[in-house]
Amino acid sequence: MTPKFKAQAGTFESSDIMILIEPVQPDTGRQVDISSTVILQFEADITKTIIQVLDELEIKDVHLIAKDKGALNQTIRARVETAIKRSLGIQKGTL
Amino acid sequence: MAKKKRRSMLYIPGNNPAMIQQAGVYGCDAVLLDLEDAVALNQKDAARILVRNMLQTVNFYDTEVCVRVNNMHTPFGLSDLEEIVPLQPDNIRFPKTETVEDVKEFMKEVRRIESEHDIEEPSMTIHVMIETAKGVANVYDIAAADPRIDAITIGGQDLTADMGIIKTPDGVGIDYARKRIVMAGKAYNLDVLDTVFADVNDEEGLREETEYIKKIGFAGKALINPRQVDVVHEVFNPTENEVRKSYRVYSEYIKNKKAGIGVFAIDGKMVDAPVVQRAITVLEYANIDLKEIEKSVG
Repeated sequence: MTPKFKAQAGTFESSDIMILIEPVQPDTGRQVDISSTVILQFEADITKTIIQVLDELEIKDVHLIAKDKGALNQTIRARVETAIKRSLGIQKGTL
Repeated sequence: MAKKKRRSMLYIPGNNPAMIQQAGVYGCDAVLLDLEDAVALNQKDAARILVRNMLQTVNFYDTEVCVRVNNMHTPFGLSDLEEIVPLQPDNIRFPKTETVEDVKEFMKEVRRIESEHDIEEPSMTIHVMIETAKGVANVYDIAAADPRIDAITIGGQDLTADMGIIKTPDGVGIDYARKRIVMAGKAYNLDVLDTVFADVNDEEGLREETEYIKKIGFAGKALINPRQVDVVHEVFNPTENEVRKSYRVYSEYIKNKKAGIGVFAIDGKMVDAPVVQRAITVLEYANIDLKEIEKSVG
């Protein structure tokens, strides 16, 4: 599936993560940009979690920006799923 | 097994990961993960997915976990059920229940989803929330509408709005509704849970209101801040004197029961089945194991 719209999910509150989705041209691949308050400790884990959700939702081409404030895995997963579903237009959301 | 205590039920906004992941350590008897009024209309999807994920991973320890879904007459109610029912939290709370038909409608969906997920012996119970004058009028029928309902709760804020009155600290405007709902709950052996006390800085007001609702039969109260937990527990916990007296009543009851005596006296006062039942309730609230008393009596 390919994101159609810009979308976001999450907040900048502690223990949360803000995910921004930008559609890209087909066959561009995935670009994941992460900033986090715990980047030195958990960059690999955060990246792995995001990629897992993108795999599960079969998203191959996307620009995803993550601004993390110490979110746990289940929160990261929830925010990525919400943002992707909003960008696909299959769920009402915000931007 | 002793009945689960529901003295304190703390609302936690369903879109707040920090609060949800700490829900098990607030010390309340139950947490209410809220997908309804605590979530903005444009964040309903985000909260639903977050709560679904949290239910699968967070350790809530001994805290009972209830999810308040949106009303079935909103665009969100059915989607909430689709995500939450398969996970079988301890209970689901249905807001603004007004009629038996409302209960039948959401229970039909609950059972359909459970069937689709091969949940043959569902453990999840149902809390119905009475928040309108119509709901108050129909509460006896609602209480008996489905065997999986195990608690009724009153929503004071919405009820006063529906009645066109202002909610006052003395609660006089919702007093009739409180008592009617309590009686309906008692008639069908359900827990009856009170509405929130909105002023988190007024500890004395919270204590007074909790003392009142305990007197008229509520099993517990909904809370909006962890700071309110201790006050509510202090009110609902039995005093040392009550525990000693109840211990004596129950011990004498066991002794007399063995001797084939149903009604007896302690200090010149008659003890019959209702007195024994009250003593059992006090001992359960004090976490005293009845079996240990039975053993000690021999």
